[in-house]
Amino acid sequence: MRTEVYYRDPAIDGRARKTLAKLQSSVNPGITNVGIADVYLTKNIRGMTPELATFLFSDAVAQRTNNDDFLADSNYVPDWRYIAEVTYRPGVTNPTAITSRKAIETALGRKLASDEMVQTAVQYLIAGPELSDTEVADMLTSFFNPLVQQAEFISREEWATEKLPAFYPYKVAASEVSIKEFDLAAMDDQQLMKLSEERLLALNLQEMQSVRKYFADPEVIAARKAAGMGRATDVELEMIGQTWSEHCKHKIFGADIEYTDTEKNTKENIKSLYASYIKKTTKDLWDKKPFLRSVFSDNSGVVEFDKDNLVCFKVETHNSPSALDPYGGAITGIVGVNRDIIGTGKGARPFFNTDFLCFGDPDTPDDAIPGNLLHPKTVMSGVHHGIIDGGNQSGIPTVAGGFLFDDSYTGKPLVFCGTGGIMPAEMEGEGTWIKHINPGDKAVMLGGRIGKDGIHGATFSSLVLDEASPVSAVQIGDPITQKKMSDFLMEARDLGLYKGITDNGAGGLSSSLGEMAEYSGGIVIDLDKCPLKYQGLAPWEILVSESQERMSLAVEEKNLKAFLELAEKRDVEATIVGEFNDSGYLNILGGGRLSALLSMDFLHKGLPSMKLKAVWERKGQPDVKLQDTCLKCALKQILSDPNVSSRETLVRQYDHEVGAVSVVKPFVGVNSDAPSDGAVLKPVYNSTKGVTVTHGICPRVGDWDTYNMALCAVDEAYRSHIALGGDPDSASVLDNFCWPDPVKSEKTPDGEYKLAQLVRTCKGVNRICLDYGLPLISGKDSMKNDASMNGKKVSVRPTLLISLMGMIKDVSKAMTSDFKAAGDAVYILGNTTGKMGGSTYEKLSKGSLGESPAVDTEVAFDMYKKLSCAIEKGIVASCHDMSDGGLAVCVCESAMGGMCGCTIDTGKLPGVKADFEDARTLFCESPSRFVVSVKKENCAEFEKIMAGTPFARAGETNSGDEIIFRKGDKELIKIGLADVISAWKREI
Amino acid sequence: MAKVAILTGYGINADNELKQAFIAAGAEKAERIHINDMIEKPEILDEYHILGFPGGFSFGDHLGSGLVMAHLFKQNLKDVLDKFIADGKLIIGICNGFQVLVKMGVLPNFDGKWTQEVSLIHNNTGVFENSWLNVRFNPASKCVWTEGLDDMDIPIRHGEGRFITKDAATLKKIEDLNLNAVIYNDRNPNGSEHDIAGITDTTGRILGLMPHPEAFLVPENHPMWRRKEIKEAAGLKLLRNGVQYIDSRF
Repeated sequence: MRTEVYYRDPAIDGRARKTLAKLQSSVNPGITNVGIADVYLTKNIRGMTPELATFLFSDAVAQRTNNDDFLADSNYVPDWRYIAEVTYRPGVTNPTAITSRKAIETALGRKLASDEMVQTAVQYLIAGPELSDTEVADMLTSFFNPLVQQAEFISREEWATEKLPAFYPYKVAASEVSIKEFDLAAMDDQQLMKLSEERLLALNLQEMQSVRKYFADPEVIAARKAAGMGRATDVELEMIGQTWSEHCKHKIFGADIEYTDTEKNTKENIKSLYASYIKKTTKDLWDKKPFLRSVFSDNSGVVEFDKDNLVCFKVETHNSPSALDPYGGAITGIVGVNRDIIGTGKGARPFFNTDFLCFGDPDTPDDAIPGNLLHPKTVMSGVHHGIIDGGNQSGIPTVAGGFLFDDSYTGKPLVFCGTGGIMPAEMEGEGTWIKHINPGDKAVMLGGRIGKDGIHGATFSSLVLDEASPVSAVQIGDPITQKKMSDFLMEARDLGLYKGITDNGAGGLSSSLGEMAEYSGGIVIDLDKCPLKYQGLAPWEILVSESQERMSLAVEEKNLKAFLELAEKRDVEATIVGEFNDSGYLNILGGGRLSALLSMDFLHKGLPSMKLKAVWERKGQPDVKLQDTCLKCALKQILSDPNVSSRETLVRQYDHEVGAVSVVKPFVGVNSDAPSDGAVLKPVYNSTKGVTVTHGICPRVGDWDTYNMALCAVDEAYRSHIALGGDPDSASVLDNFCWPDPVKSEKTPDGEYKLAQLVRTCKGVNRICLDYGLPLISGKDSMKNDASMNGKKVSVRPTLLISLMGMIKDVSKAMTSDFKAAGDAVYILGNTTGKMGGSTYEKLSKGSLGESPAVDTEVAFDMYKKLSCAIEKGIVASCHDMSDGGLAVCVCESAMGGMCGCTIDTGKLPGVKADFEDARTLFCESPSRFVVSVKKENCAEFEKIMAGTPFARAGETNSGDEIIFRKGDKELIKIGLADVISAWKREI
Repeated sequence: MAKVAILTGYGINADNELKQAFIAAGAEKAERIHINDMIEKPEILDEYHILGFPGGFSFGDHLGSGLVMAHLFKQNLKDVLDKFIADGKLIIGICNGFQVLVKMGVLPNFDGKWTQEVSLIHNNTGVFENSWLNVRFNPASKCVWTEGLDDMDIPIRHGEGRFITKDAATLKKIEDLNLNAVIYNDRNPNGSEHDIAGITDTTGRILGLMPHPEAFLVPENHPMWRRKEIKEAAGLKLLRNGVQYIDSRF
């Protein structure tokens, strides 16, 4: 049966109005009307009636239904010209269909059988002029993504003969359920590489040779023979491919690197960037930071919040999936990183999401987009929608994120998804960050069932995105299924029903159970026991599928019954799929036989480390004289740049307050529309303590030197924390590296330079984190952010995102960026060094402006300590971190927040040299600076506290509505608040 | 002393803060109860005086906001809830909880048979919005939750909050009886008929509203707390009205 549900009057359908506006602006302004119907298709359901369908699927007051009747035949949209009906492809998660099924089961009081089927679709009726083929294509692009969805498109003329289907094709192509074997010993190097490529193992020759060697080892052969195993199976190769993927093993960060610095004429050998700079930083800080609990070893970094609670933090990327299916990629990114938190220690509860999104320039002309890549606007719209649904539906507030636009993200967007969690400090006398898994514990898979979605996601993200990228790499997350599971897990945790937990993300069971087995020393997995969405999955597919909303757990025998019973009560599927042991082997049963027997030692330690070369050379001119320019025009232009302008329309669609933990929101000021420097949250109801969440990112600074990029990114995150009133001694950071392929090859001739950029970034992070006392607690790297389409390669700018979670002792001391009153003194803190490299001004002048700024950590750290002391004393009225756009923009932002005027004298700024052009002073983006306002009666005390740091009392706020920058007597810019606001509130 | 049961499960997500808010408002006890546990043991509700339907995305709002939760609750717990109401106890539904109450027909429930007469549909903007705004409370309403309240800054967080009625007569009846207890004051964020943000039933003991009083738990939740003195988290006043009503009667 086909049921179409629609609003009683198209005029009250907000979705249809929004869709109409979108089509008018992006397809054809002549489109006059859009009607939307939700379509429910049911098949073989015993007891289903039209009355029941109407009752279940529609709102009795607001909606009407057609059962086995077409809306298109009615007068709903009388002059419709086209129908588009969009449904998911077979096998792709359809959350609406899942809920529909549950609704039917509730009404019928029984579970539906597998032949009783439900599908859903969305129908659009479009009225207006005849559209050209291009316009039709544009319209369909805004409705659906062919990778995961399919659409019926029918014109009015065709409607006479062609109708919409009563049911869409639903079969997923079945794979042969058998085990394939490979005679590796008989393969030469070329054949090995062919095998790696054909099976998307993403292993290089050296790695494939190690695999061949393992299977040729006489001891291995003997052990296999004893177990009835011969040649290498597909299950084994896939297991190795997943475990050794760049995504899981971070091979480049672990590589032996010979680093040549041609500038200093030095050479050094670095044994693992990760060990030498990332882990080392935290190790060196360990004794000074007693709040550290678990770093790098778990799914997220764990620190103490107070004596009763721990907090944890993780940021992941989901770039490749988001390039192909922006909505699904982003939503899966969110629910995926949520699972990292749920799977940390004994299990934490997510209490905030924070997302940083990098896209190509939204103003890119259509014909400048290579191949079948999606336009940045399409990518942004889908990703944004995914973030909304992922966060809002999970009931986790989305805070402190950001957007960054840069041409280099046209090939692959960067979608950083972060989540913070909280858990009790101890349970049953033991720290909750500690995991145990012992021989005899059962391996339990929890949550969704396994399908073909997301096969090879981990290995795929380790490859260049090209025309042949597999569609199965894309999945769609269902936040509600996951919410059900996470609610259950919090209950089970508090009852002590499980011992170990980890999430099923990249690599699926191969990765989660493979990692958990390291705790006990071995495991037997039975793939034949895994619950499937549909039949026809080969054992290797079950092993590596990344079907969403699944966790893996270790449950002790004595708790098994209670665990399974509670799961059933909470409507969460739990299945025993194996048992942990200490055999030293990973045994996998599948296809009715033993299908894998791999030594744990080989699997986790057999990966040969890469040997790479990095060569640093200084490029570009150190300094470039600025041309004379209209300063006011430049200010307006920068205010409207998508990297600076308001994102309020986008961010207001995120629920940033659920949980009632919000203290400093994304927007502040008189009209709640000026930007804040990050978030302050109060996660524990009966405590006044809070956390800050901030980010630092500045890829353009790396054009000159990625060492500076690292300094500036960490400085930005840390100074935002300080600006919010955070405790300078109590903050931790995460590093996320998104790089273009840094391995020299035919496709990447400049690999040695790109690797040197990575080396320098690591050195910079290490240096500044030690100077500021900022431990790195977790991180991630994504190393193949290149897209190759029609022979054109688009690589991302080397990008480092630093995400900070800090403490604030008392949230009632938290600080905001808006000027508070007329007549307050305005101070500019920090040295204005005038380096233009990496600035927004440079971006808009479309040519290099030379050197980018470094950070004087000694001067900055002293200033930060003193500033936070002044904030804690309550004598600071406002404090704004000076970042994108520089001085002029940041003063405007504080003034917009206060809706007041102000005058700033740039002649007084510390660091400014006599020969600085005015544009340099106003728009350079020197780090370690703030705009601070102080009530007059507090100025003396403020200046006393800040003594010894670079600062100047540069002006004053007033009750007028003009912002004036002058240098001594010379007026540089005079601009009305209204002008500032209209430039800044530009729709992206 | 007031004991509060708070519904949870299947995507409800503002249950923790509603629990905290009721405790802060003076309730003796506030417990989250999973819908499946309530269905298994309906008599559990006898121990409580207030039932809260919190915000969230029950069943993802996939078939329309609150619809599937409304079906599930009504099919299994109608009799228990009728008794709960007849006993003079209180109900509050916030955001998704309001949507559930409306779709079950518990609000406004003119015929006493739970027939749906009003609805909450997609915002006229077509998008979800999280903002603070000001609401006023209808002084003529006999709603016990809003009694004595004048106006309040409060956050909204919804994509389907547009209040509509079955027909003009229903709207007139709601206004004639002063069931329109909560009204958008400074702006109407979603196209609701006559700026209605929340309604009560004819007993005045059931309130449903789109804005989130439980998200205004401490003064620092208010977006202006850094600019002006916020003496009290106003959202608690509304919940305290309910708690005190129970305390004076049970």
